[in-house]
Amino acid sequence: MTDLSHIRNFSIIAHIDHGKSTLADRMIQLCGGLTDREMHEQVLDNMELERERGITIKAQTVRLVYTAKDGETYHLNLMDTPGHVDFSYEVSRSLAACEGALLVVDASQGVEAQTLANAYLAIDADLELVPVLNKIDLPAAEPERIRQQIEDVIGLDAADAVMMSAKTGLGVDEVLESIVTRMPPPEGEADSELQALLVDSWYDPYLGVVALVRVKHGQLKKGQKIRMMSTGIAYSVDRVGVFTPARTEIPELGPGEIGFITAQIKTVADCNVGDTITDDRKPAAEPLPGFKPSVPVVFSSLFPADTAEYEDLREALGRLHLNDASFEFEAESSAALGMGFRCGFLGLLHMEIIQQRLEREFDLEIIATAPSVVYHIALTDGEELVLHNPSDYPDVTRIESIDEPWIKASIMVPDEYLGSVLQLCTERRGEQVELTYVGGRAMAVYKLPLNEVVFDFYDRLKSISRGYASFDYELDGYREGNLVKVDILVNSEIVDALSMVVHREQAEGRGRHLCERLKDLVPRQLFKVALQAAIGGKVIARETVGAMRKDVTSKCYGGDITRKRKLLEKQKKGKKKMRQYGNVEIPQSAFIQALRMGDE
Amino acid sequence: MTENDRRMNDPGGDIALYVHWPFCLSLCPYCDFNSHVRETIDQGAWRDGLLRELEHYAARVPGRRLTSIFFGGGTPSLMPPETARAVIARARELFVPDPEIEITLEANPTSVEQSALVGFAEAGVNRLSLGVQALDDAALSALGRTHAVSEARAAIAAAADIFERFSFDLIYARPGQTPDAWMRELDGALALTRGHLSVYQLTIEAGTPFFLAQARGDLQLPDEADGATMFEQTQDALAAAGLPAYEISNHAVPGQESRHNLTYWHYRDYLGVGPGAHGRITLDGEIRATRQHRAPEVWLKRALEHGHATQDDAVLPYETLTAELIMMGLRLTEGIDAGEFTRRIGKRPGDVFAPSTIEALVDAGYLDWRDDGFAATPAGRQRLNAVVDALLNS
Ligand SMILES: Nc1nc2c(ncn2[C@@H]2O[C@H](COP(=O)(O)OP(=O)(O)O)[C@@H](O)[C@H]2O)c(=O)[nH]1
Ligand SMILES: C[S@@+](CC[C@H](N)C(=O)[O-])C[C@H]1O[C@@H](n2cnc3c(N)ncnc32)[C@H](O)[C@@H]1O
Ligand code: SF4
Ligand SMILES: [Mg+2]
Repeated sequence: MTDLSHIRNFSIIAHIDHGKSTLADRMIQLCGGLTDREMHEQVLDNMELERERGITIKAQTVRLVYTAKDGETYHLNLMDTPGHVDFSYEVSRSLAACEGALLVVDASQGVEAQTLANAYLAIDADLELVPVLNKIDLPAAEPERIRQQIEDVIGLDAADAVMMSAKTGLGVDEVLESIVTRMPPPEGEADSELQALLVDSWYDPYLGVVALVRVKHGQLKKGQKIRMMSTGIAYSVDRVGVFTPARTEIPELGPGEIGFITAQIKTVADCNVGDTITDDRKPAAEPLPGFKPSVPVVFSSLFPADTAEYEDLREALGRLHLNDASFEFEAESSAALGMGFRCGFLGLLHMEIIQQRLEREFDLEIIATAPSVVYHIALTDGEELVLHNPSDYPDVTRIESIDEPWIKASIMVPDEYLGSVLQLCTERRGEQVELTYVGGRAMAVYKLPLNEVVFDFYDRLKSISRGYASFDYELDGYREGNLVKVDILVNSEIVDALSMVVHREQAEGRGRHLCERLKDLVPRQLFKVALQAAIGGKVIARETVGAMRKDVTSKCYGGDITRKRKLLEKQKKGKKKMRQYGNVEIPQSAFIQALRMGDE
Repeated sequence: MTENDRRMNDPGGDIALYVHWPFCLSLCPYCDFNSHVRETIDQGAWRDGLLRELEHYAARVPGRRLTSIFFGGGTPSLMPPETARAVIARARELFVPDPEIEITLEANPTSVEQSALVGFAEAGVNRLSLGVQALDDAALSALGRTHAVSEARAAIAAAADIFERFSFDLIYARPGQTPDAWMRELDGALALTRGHLSVYQLTIEAGTPFFLAQARGDLQLPDEADGATMFEQTQDALAAAGLPAYEISNHAVPGQESRHNLTYWHYRDYLGVGPGAHGRITLDGEIRATRQHRAPEVWLKRALEHGHATQDDAVLPYETLTAELIMMGLRLTEGIDAGEFTRRIGKRPGDVFAPSTIEALVDAGYLDWRDDGFAATPAGRQRLNAVVDALLNS
C-alpha cells in the first residue's frame, strides 16, 4: 500500500493527434516501465484498429514509478482517455478517478474543439489542469501564441505551461515533475469501509472479466469477499494488480490507488461502470456518486452480406459486446436485407469502429443501413413510443407529435471557411447560439437536430473546411419537429431498409436523390421497374428503370449445353442475394450502394 | 416408371454424331472453344482414337438411325480428308444411315484448307460451314484471323462449286463497329449466300485475350443499345432477303436449316466423340449427359488404351432436363411443341411454369403461348436469357 502523499492520479486530455499517446509512451519509457526493446510505439493504444487509426478508444491505465527531484519515489497512475467526441463519456469516467490532468495542446495547431470540450469536462470534475504545449520541435510551432490562446479561450492560467516535444523527449521530465508538484495527492481513509469506484471493465481471454477500480476508502485484497452496490451481488476477489504497463499482481490496493481486480465475474454486463464496490461483510453505508451510464444515440442496422453468416454475426457482436457494453444490439429482420441486428452506438465514429472491427477481426462482410436517431413519438391514444428504427414507424393517423434529439455543437474553424460552415449549419436546421473569434479562428456554437448530423454532416464539414474545422457536441434534449417518414418503393413495394425519418422540408429532396441513385444502381430487367419515394400514400418522387433491350447468348455452343446451363445456374446463385419486388429482382448490392449516400 | 412409359419417353431411334477436332493453326483472341496449336500431330493415332471412341458409343446405342454428322472444332478442315472418310465410313456401318444424312464440316477459309475441300467431298462431306467472320480486312486482323477477305471470297466460291449446301459464319458487334457499317457488310455478305447464314454477336468469354483487353478498358464494344439495334436490323434485313431466322443466330431459306444443329435445339439425341465433346443420349428412358476429356493428349491416350476418354456420364435430373429443353427449344423461332414437351418432361407446359410468370411474359410481348406449344417472340428471343430465367424460377 502506497502512502497517499506519494500517489498522483492523472489523465492526459487533448484534441486528437495533439500527441497524447506519444507523450504517454515517453513517460512510460522515462520511468523505466519498459525497456527500450519492449517499448513499441504507443503501447497504450492496444487494439489493432486504434493503432491503425491513431486514436485511443478504450481508456487504459498504467502505474509509473517516478523518482522526483526531491529524491522521493512516487506512483503516478496515468489514465489514458479517448480523444474523440463519441467517447466523451469514457473521458469523464476516467477523470472521476483522477485528481489532475495534463491538457496537451499542439503548439502548431492550437486549441481545437475537443481540447475545449475535454478541458471543460476536467474543470467540471474539479481536476487540477496543467497545460502542456507539445510539438515545439516543429518549425511551425508558435508556443507563445498558443499559450495566450489557452488563456483567452479556456480561461486557464497558462503562464507555467510546460513546453515539450513528445517526439524528441525534450521537456518530458518537466512534465513528470509538474505532476508531482502541481497536482494534489488523493485523499482517503485506509481504515474506513471499502468504497472503490468501478471505472471500466473488459473481457480478457485469459483472465475473464477484468474490472478497473479506483479505491477511495478502505482496502481491496486478494481473497476478499466484495459486493457490487448496485446489484448486491457478491464475488470473491481472485487477483489484484496494476499495469506497469505489464500486468503485475500485488497484494492489495489502498486508498487513492488505481488498479485492477478479477473476481470470476461472468460478463462485462455484470460490471456496471460507475458502480461502487464494497466489502460484503463490512459494507459502506453509501455508494460513491458514480456517473450516469452512456446511452446510444446513433442507430443503424447491420446485416451479413452473406445471409449464411447471420449466426457468425450474432456471435461476433456478442464477443465485441463483452468488451464494449456501450453498444447495444438486438435481432431484426428486413425484407430487403434479410436477418440482421439493430445496433445502438455512442456516435458515428463508434459505429464505424464497431463495423470495422466486425470486418477486420471476424472477417464478416457487413451491410449497414443509414444511421438514424431515436425519436419520441406521442400517439393519439396518449401513449409514447420510443422509435429506434424507421421501419417501426406507426401509421401517421396514430401520431400526435414527434420529438427528435438535438445537440449543442461547438465548431472551431479558420475564418476563411466560416461562411460555408455557417451555411451548412443553416441548411441543417441549425440555430446559432454563439459566435466568437479567437485570433484567426472562429468558434461557432450551434444547436442542431442530431438527425441532420448523423446524415453526412461531419464529412461535409471536413470537406468544406479542407479538414481544418473541428467539431464536438453534447446532447441537448428533445424538441418537437416537423418530421415525416419517407418510404422508397420498388414496383409499389416498400423497401424497408431504405425508409428514413426526415424533416418535411427535406423529404422531397432526399426522396428524389435516393430514387435517382437507385435508378443507376438497379440493373435493367425484363420488365420496367418503378422507383418511388412516398410519404404515407403520397408519392413525392419517381423514376423508372427501362426494360433491358438485349440479353441473349448469341454464340453457338455446339452440343455443349451443360456449360450454358451452368452459366444460367451461376446467375441464379448470384440471385440468392436478390430480393423479389413484384416481377423484378433487385440485387442487395443496389440497396447497399444506395445506402452509402454520404460517400459521393 | 413402367416399361411402356420408358418407350414413350424415348425420342425415337434417331441420333446425330458430333466429332471434335481440337487443333488450329493459331488461336483467335475471342475464342474459348476447345482449340489447341500443335507442331506435329500423329494423324494415324488420332484417326484410330476417334474410331475407337465412336465404336464405344455406337455399342451403347445400337441400331439407331443416323441423321447427321458434324465435324467441329477447332479447325476440322485441317484434318486429313482420309480421317473424315474413315469416321464417316465407320459411322455408316455402325448405325443405320438415313438416306438424307447431312454431313457437315467446319472449315477455315485459308488457302491451305481449300486445297483439301475436294478430298472432303469425296470422303462423304455434303455440307460446308465456313468461318468467314468478317468481310473487312481490318476487322479480320483485329479478330486475330489469319485469312484475308479475298481468301474468304475464294473459299466461298470453292464451297459453292464443290458442295451442294454450304453456309458461312459472321461475327458482328465487333470493337468499334457501328450499326450502319454492319448493315453494309451484311448486305455484301447476302450476295454470297446460298440458303444458309450464321451471324453471331461477339461474345467476350472469360479468360480469353479479349476478356483481358476488355477488363483493361482496351476494347471498345458497341453498347447495349447499339447491340440491340444491330440484332434487330439483322433479323429484319435477313428476313427481307428470304433468310429468316430459324434460331437466334441462324438464318436459312426454309428447308435449308442445319439438320444437325436442329437436333441440339430440339434437344434430341446426339453422340459426342473427340476431346471435350458433349453428348445427350436416351437410355432406358433416361437422358444421360456425356463429356469426353478436354486435353488432346490425355484424350488420345485414353481413347487408344480404353476405347474412350469419357470424363462425365450421368443421368440428368428432372429439373436439369426441363432447363435444357426450354433453354434450347426457345432459341428456335418455332419454339417448343406442347406434345413433345409433355412427352419428354412428363407434365404439360402449363403445369410446369407459374401462370403469373407466363402472363407477365405474354403481356410484355416476350412470349407466345398457344395450346399447341410456346415460343419466344422476336422481342423475347432478344432477351432470351432473362426469359428462360424467369420461366425456370417461376
Ligand atoms: N513533430 C512532432 N510530432 C509529434 C509530437 N508528438 C506527437 N507527434 C506526432 O503526432 C501524431 C499524433 O500523435 P499521437 O500521440 O497519436 O496523438 P493522440 O491522438 O493525441 O494520441 C503522431 O504522428 C506523432 O508521431 C511531437 O512532439 N513532435
Ligand atoms: C467452333 S467455332 C469456330 C470454327 C472455325 N475454327 C473458325 O474459327 O472459323 C464456330 C463459330 O463460332 C463463332 N464464334 C467463336 N467464338 C465466338 C465468340 N467469342 N463470339 C461470337 N462468336 C464466336 C465463330 O463465328 C465461329 O465461326
Ligand atoms: S480458328 Fe476457330 S476454333 Fe480455332 S481458335 Fe480460331 S475461332 Fe477458335
Ligand atoms: Mg492516440
